[in-house]
Amino acid sequence: MTDRNAEAANGSGIGAYLMGHMREYGLLFALIAIMFFFQIVTNGTLLKPVNVTNLLLQNSYIIIMALGMLIVIVAGHIDLSVGSVMGFVGALAAVMIVEWDMSTGVTIATCLLAGGLIGAAQGYWIAYWKIPSFIVTLAAMLVFRGLSLWLLEGQSLGPFPREFQMISNGFVADIFPAGLAIGLADLFGEKRINVLSLATGLTAACLITYMGLKSRAQNRAFGMDVEPAAFFYARIGITSLALIFIFYKLSTFRGLPNVLLTMGVLTIIYAFFTERTVTGRRIYALGGNEKAAKLSGVKTERLTFLAFANMGVLAAAAGLVFAARLNSATPKAGFALELDVIAAVFIGGASMSGGVGRIVGAVVGAFLMGVLNNGMSILGIGIDYQQVIKGLVLLAAVIFDVYNKSKQS
Amino acid sequence: MKTLLEMRAITKEFPGVKALDTVNLAVQEGEIHAICGENGAGKSTLMKVLSGVYPTGTYDGEIHYDGALAEFADISDSEARGIIIIHQELALVPLLSIAENLFLGNECSRSGIIDWRDTNQRTEALLRKVGLTEPPSAIVDKLGVGKQQLVEIAKALSKEVRLLILDEPTAALSESDSQALLDLMLELKQQGVTQIIISHKLNEVRRVADTVTVIRDGTTVSTMNAAKGEITEDGIVRDMVGRDMADRYPERARRAGEILMEVKGWNVWHPIHAERQMIKDVNMTVRAGEVVGIAGLMGAGRTELAMSIFGRSYGRNISGSLEMNGAPANVDSVSGAIEAGLAYVTEDRKSLGLVLDETIQRNITLANLPEVSRKTILNEARETQVAEKYRAALNIRTPSVFQKVMNLSGGNQQKVVLSKWLFAGPEVLILDEPTRGIDVGAKFEIYGIINELSAQGKGVVMISSEMPELLGMCDRIYVMNEGAFVGELTAEEASQERIMSLIVTE
Repeated sequence: MTDRNAEAANGSGIGAYLMGHMREYGLLFALIAIMFFFQIVTNGTLLKPVNVTNLLLQNSYIIIMALGMLIVIVAGHIDLSVGSVMGFVGALAAVMIVEWDMSTGVTIATCLLAGGLIGAAQGYWIAYWKIPSFIVTLAAMLVFRGLSLWLLEGQSLGPFPREFQMISNGFVADIFPAGLAIGLADLFGEKRINVLSLATGLTAACLITYMGLKSRAQNRAFGMDVEPAAFFYARIGITSLALIFIFYKLSTFRGLPNVLLTMGVLTIIYAFFTERTVTGRRIYALGGNEKAAKLSGVKTERLTFLAFANMGVLAAAAGLVFAARLNSATPKAGFALELDVIAAVFIGGASMSGGVGRIVGAVVGAFLMGVLNNGMSILGIGIDYQQVIKGLVLLAAVIFDVYNKSKQS
Repeated sequence: MKTLLEMRAITKEFPGVKALDTVNLAVQEGEIHAICGENGAGKSTLMKVLSGVYPTGTYDGEIHYDGALAEFADISDSEARGIIIIHQELALVPLLSIAENLFLGNECSRSGIIDWRDTNQRTEALLRKVGLTEPPSAIVDKLGVGKQQLVEIAKALSKEVRLLILDEPTAALSESDSQALLDLMLELKQQGVTQIIISHKLNEVRRVADTVTVIRDGTTVSTMNAAKGEITEDGIVRDMVGRDMADRYPERARRAGEILMEVKGWNVWHPIHAERQMIKDVNMTVRAGEVVGIAGLMGAGRTELAMSIFGRSYGRNISGSLEMNGAPANVDSVSGAIEAGLAYVTEDRKSLGLVLDETIQRNITLANLPEVSRKTILNEARETQVAEKYRAALNIRTPSVFQKVMNLSGGNQQKVVLSKWLFAGPEVLILDEPTRGIDVGAKFEIYGIINELSAQGKGVVMISSEMPELLGMCDRIYVMNEGAFVGELTAEEASQERIMSLIVTE
């Protein structure tokens, strides 16, 4: 009977397909709807080139950490320490550069290593001693909050040399000839056009379309239930247009921020890692059923350990980006940021019990929160209401998940 | 004798599926009524209709109970009328005491304050009724599954039960615990408690049931009466599957080849209570093409032995040697054991065998991902081919290999677990209760797969609590008791009596 039920639930037709994939579409539509809403109520400020650039810079460190947090949550754990670790690493960078006069390169390498070690130390207790991650990372949250205070002696430390600031505030130089840029700027009636940015947007859109078509053809060949054509083309079309639009906006300001490049490359690497590699697959199995994974030869302890070590490295990277953006390290840096990161991952569709969640979802979830923050700030809505609204959005997303799941079964 | 319960023309539809189609069931006061049917035949749905899980109005047909039309809005409604279900998955709170569990939701209290003296006295009385000697303060978690089952029954008795429904009560019990439970059922019958038992174990049904109703594909197929001598195992099986089953255990050419696996002097201690020795000096050989059984009671240490061999997944201070094909094998980790050519198909497929929220395909490839990847990058086309191959070979009934495993029936889930281990390419497979909780048709298919494996020259170790199954399938049977092998019988020597006497005399 259960088999027949499943068959019924998988019935053909667009409605049935939409029911089964409500979550993914819901997230995408929610993001578009929210952007549309704020674009109108802010009289177009939201999508001004300078604000788009800002939006990306403001959310870069959240997205970088969301990549690692997704893996931790898929593996069935949680990491509450990332905000503190991020602040601590920023402080460490400031002390190394400002007080000890060390070079930017050495500082970055040391900081990433330190992040990795911090993550590994937590992962060790969680993986090999089976101490709940909630406890271990809560402890680390307090420890590193305290250590950043100690390191900075309660003061802000800065400024950083230009070289270090470039991590966040720099832009990728346009490699195309200036003549082309001027020509295009005239064509579009803009003051300037960064050709590299525009080209990147077009390439990304083409790649997404190509890969979408390819995997669709492949799925059909495997006999998987493919997305109805209308949905597929609408989704690909909207995503591509949105990408081109965003990159066009960027190109009329200062071009590609360095951070966007870092973020984009990391997102692609982690999406590939989680969806296409053996280790990625094993993390999903570990989160889905740790005992079954272990009895299938998956080295569950080692994977858990690595998930936290990786989280530490990404938290360190976020710390560097954050410090470079503010051009100083403050004891308050990263305060309560772990909650934003965790919220982004859950809004992106990850499951609290582990085993479910996608990198793309986490990134979109982070953007959704980012647009909310940014839009509300432009409107001058107070931090009090902002918190309330963000909380309700998180709750709504998770309720939507649970409701969907109960409807399916 | 009067009719206590009559369900008339019950029809229950789910979107797109008719789970029950004009089912009729009449239960006489004071009888034990067995309901038999394959997994997915609609037994559980019928019981959910009866107990109010599916409230009145969500189904067609009428329920007459104790002479009146019954319309239950929820479970508490039916419980108030004395209808109590004991589910297959026990509903006890593991870390509470027996007394606390018995009166959970029904506490003996005065204005919200629990009267412990009263609670304990009443608990003792109830425990005596079900033949338990444990103190009321014993923690449920520390009891075996058999005793927990008895606590469940005691809990039902505390609620002045008139109609007790037992869903697969002996599925997780050993032979002797099962017997004790069946005896208790007969005793309750003497005291006037009407009972419905759902079971796959036909010998038990034959032993206790006064009436048997067989359900197939959501409809009542037949009703048999013990008084008229109508109940036979073959008859029930025929009605359940809709065809005659000449051989319940398919024939196989028996030929044992070279020794594949040899375990010598295997000792294992309990993972937490370090002083308890769980496995005592076990020696075992498995030859190519051989099906070797391990018989024993629940708690004899069969699963512990298998799991300790399979990458030390159980126990500590493990000593002893293991040779594969005459050479010492390193089986310190699960991945090492898999590499050495071992596979272990667990008895607990839901919590140890499957990632329920994942697809069939991903479950099948999990133990051998390197085979479907190049330089650690997965090749999904290859994965699908593999999954489709096993779906066809093992006859996994599913619309697609991208179906989530949790949507499959027990028998099909078991085939997915088997597929996973077949794809890992083992030489010796240890099957722990491979047919537990699955229906007759699927059992027959699993036996066929085991024979196929043996024909390919693989060694199979089969752990089972169903002795007829071991006798029907194995070339050789080790008898295990209290962590040690107490005997070894060839297929010709083995019989239920000999196995039991080996266990009892040790």
